[in-house]
Amino acid sequence: MEHNRSPYPDAVTFQGPRMLGICSLTSSHRNTSLLVLVTSMTYLVAGFTAKKLLRSVVSQGLVKLNWGMLCLLMNTSAADLPTKYDLFFRIQLAINVQIPVEYGGLGGKAVYIDTEGSFMVERVYQIAEGCIRDILEHFPHSHEKSSSGQKQLQPEHFLADIYYFRICSYTEQIAVINYLEKFLGEHKDVRIVVIDNVTFHFRQDFEDLALRTRVLSGLSLKLMKIAKTYNLAVVLLNQVTTKFTEGSFQLTLALGDSWSHSCTNRLILYWNGNERYAHLDKSPSLPVASAPYAVTGKGIRDAVSSHHKRARVT
Amino acid sequence: MANMPVSEMRLPPHLAHLLAARRLDTAKDVLSLPEVELMAILDAGLPTARAAVALVSEAACPPCQTALALLEERVRLGGGGRLATTLCGLDEALGGGIPMGKLTEVVGPSGIGKTQFCLKLALLAALPEYYGGLDGRVVYIDTEFKFSSRRMIEIGQKSFPQIFRQEGLAQKMAGRILVTRPTSLADFTKSLEEMKVTLLQHDVKLLIVDSMAALMSLENEKATAGFRQHPLRWTLSFLKSIAEFSRVPVVVTNQVRSQSNDDGYHFSFEVDKKDGNKCAERFDSHLVAALGIQWAHAITVRLVFESHSGHRFIKVAKSPMSPAVAFPFVVESSGITLLSDESIDVTGPEITSIRCQGQNVLAR
Repeated sequence: MEHNRSPYPDAVTFQGPRMLGICSLTSSHRNTSLLVLVTSMTYLVAGFTAKKLLRSVVSQGLVKLNWGMLCLLMNTSAADLPTKYDLFFRIQLAINVQIPVEYGGLGGKAVYIDTEGSFMVERVYQIAEGCIRDILEHFPHSHEKSSSGQKQLQPEHFLADIYYFRICSYTEQIAVINYLEKFLGEHKDVRIVVIDNVTFHFRQDFEDLALRTRVLSGLSLKLMKIAKTYNLAVVLLNQVTTKFTEGSFQLTLALGDSWSHSCTNRLILYWNGNERYAHLDKSPSLPVASAPYAVTGKGIRDAVSSHHKRARVT
Repeated sequence: MANMPVSEMRLPPHLAHLLAARRLDTAKDVLSLPEVELMAILDAGLPTARAAVALVSEAACPPCQTALALLEERVRLGGGGRLATTLCGLDEALGGGIPMGKLTEVVGPSGIGKTQFCLKLALLAALPEYYGGLDGRVVYIDTEFKFSSRRMIEIGQKSFPQIFRQEGLAQKMAGRILVTRPTSLADFTKSLEEMKVTLLQHDVKLLIVDSMAALMSLENEKATAGFRQHPLRWTLSFLKSIAEFSRVPVVVTNQVRSQSNDDGYHFSFEVDKKDGNKCAERFDSHLVAALGIQWAHAITVRLVFESHSGHRFIKVAKSPMSPAVAFPFVVESSGITLLSDESIDVTGPEITSIRCQGQNVLAR
């Protein structure tokens, strides 16, 4: 398998046997944390994959993942508000998973489960356009060769491949996750499931906390099973809250410690000065590392810093 | 959907009888239980419990749409789904204006112009369509008794002189704006519940809550600490559901409170990296928005009004469509006007901070 050489010293790379995955990390407010659980038997494409891709398009957090469960849990701090950027990551994932295989993507579809209603279709369209522009920019030759490939590279096609569920209560959330097993059996080309804010409803009107823990662990088991059975990535987003530890308040993940055990990998997004950083906090096979990224009109991209050279297309 | 009764789900008869016999009447009852407990209650085997859960889930699950269908629906409903604020720079940054069907929050220190902004929006929504309005009614929930119809007419006369010179139009506009003044949270929630029907029957096109924080602070005096969050959560989800259900923009005003220290802002791995330089970035008064993080998550667009260096700024602090920009503005007799339509880029975490440096005099 190709080993993607990254020019950036602190990129996280791992030479896995048959596995290639790239985790595009989006930054958001410094107090936003992103807990990531990844499930992918073969691929997770959150950014562009494959050897042909320009480094500048790929977010610096280049992570090759073995199979495991990937949940993205995104949190924001107790005091500061979540910025709009925490949305971009999830949308970026949903778009990127559809990049056709010849351009290094997965050519798959995405399921987006929205609990907060923050899915803005116009922004998705913008990101899809940006993604297509970048593809065409980096693969001009293959584009000319296959005219059939061009037909698929329309933003509308990308949008048509995102299945969107809007859920308004925790009952519906449980129902959707249960229904997913049947849904995914019918739609075999779904490669990623994004659940925007898995904890939103559970924090609101659950009186019995012990029951909540049991239900949540049931949910996470079901999601793991889905990911393994259908060979896709499950991305969950979460919220943060503060906890008093070691003599000061620190940010920690919502829904308690038992939920945090459900994650295999954890990605935390935060501000470092004026730059957005993503920090891989927990992973079974990769070292802890951070990488900067930027949010642009086209979506999530590498941070263009002065001391990083843009690698050339090979 | 959560309260969908099991009887309506067209389950196989033996399952339906089993669930009814154990008084599991709604989808919520069935799905809130883990599988093992469901097995115990139904006194049935695992396959039966699983089948029941799968069927109930399928029935209770909301329908699936593709993003393309969403986009087409948005286009079909027309108007781009936005209420234009007539502040050109802001409208452009927000992708047309205040989004419909979502919660928009206006937050800032006192006296900065939040109510003025809401008054102008209310007026805009009431205007006929050929003048750029929504030609609909407006529900204005005023908790701080700041609504002044005279001021609204003045804004109207100064901003749209040609419209308001027409006889009777001013009265007609004013008649479209319904003002309610709840005195407590219970009052507020009751009127919200009645609102859902009103919104559809009376063709309401905008809902303004001014201000939310005042209601919550009333409530906090009475409630104990543990339950403080609950009234907010319910109100929050109800507001969101009203917004989405009836596709009206909902604008909510929020207050600020001060935060004395930097606690609770860092993750454990960040603490080691923190150095003395961070303290230098503290501003004069460190303000944060009231109502907390749950609220901050739930809103879609956040407009921060702040003042520093002698000017007032509107910052687009959270919006899925816009970059992090700020616009200087003043409050005049015609309401809020932008000093410049050119946006100022705001980098870094500054976009979410709120600064207030004593600019409390209305510019005339």
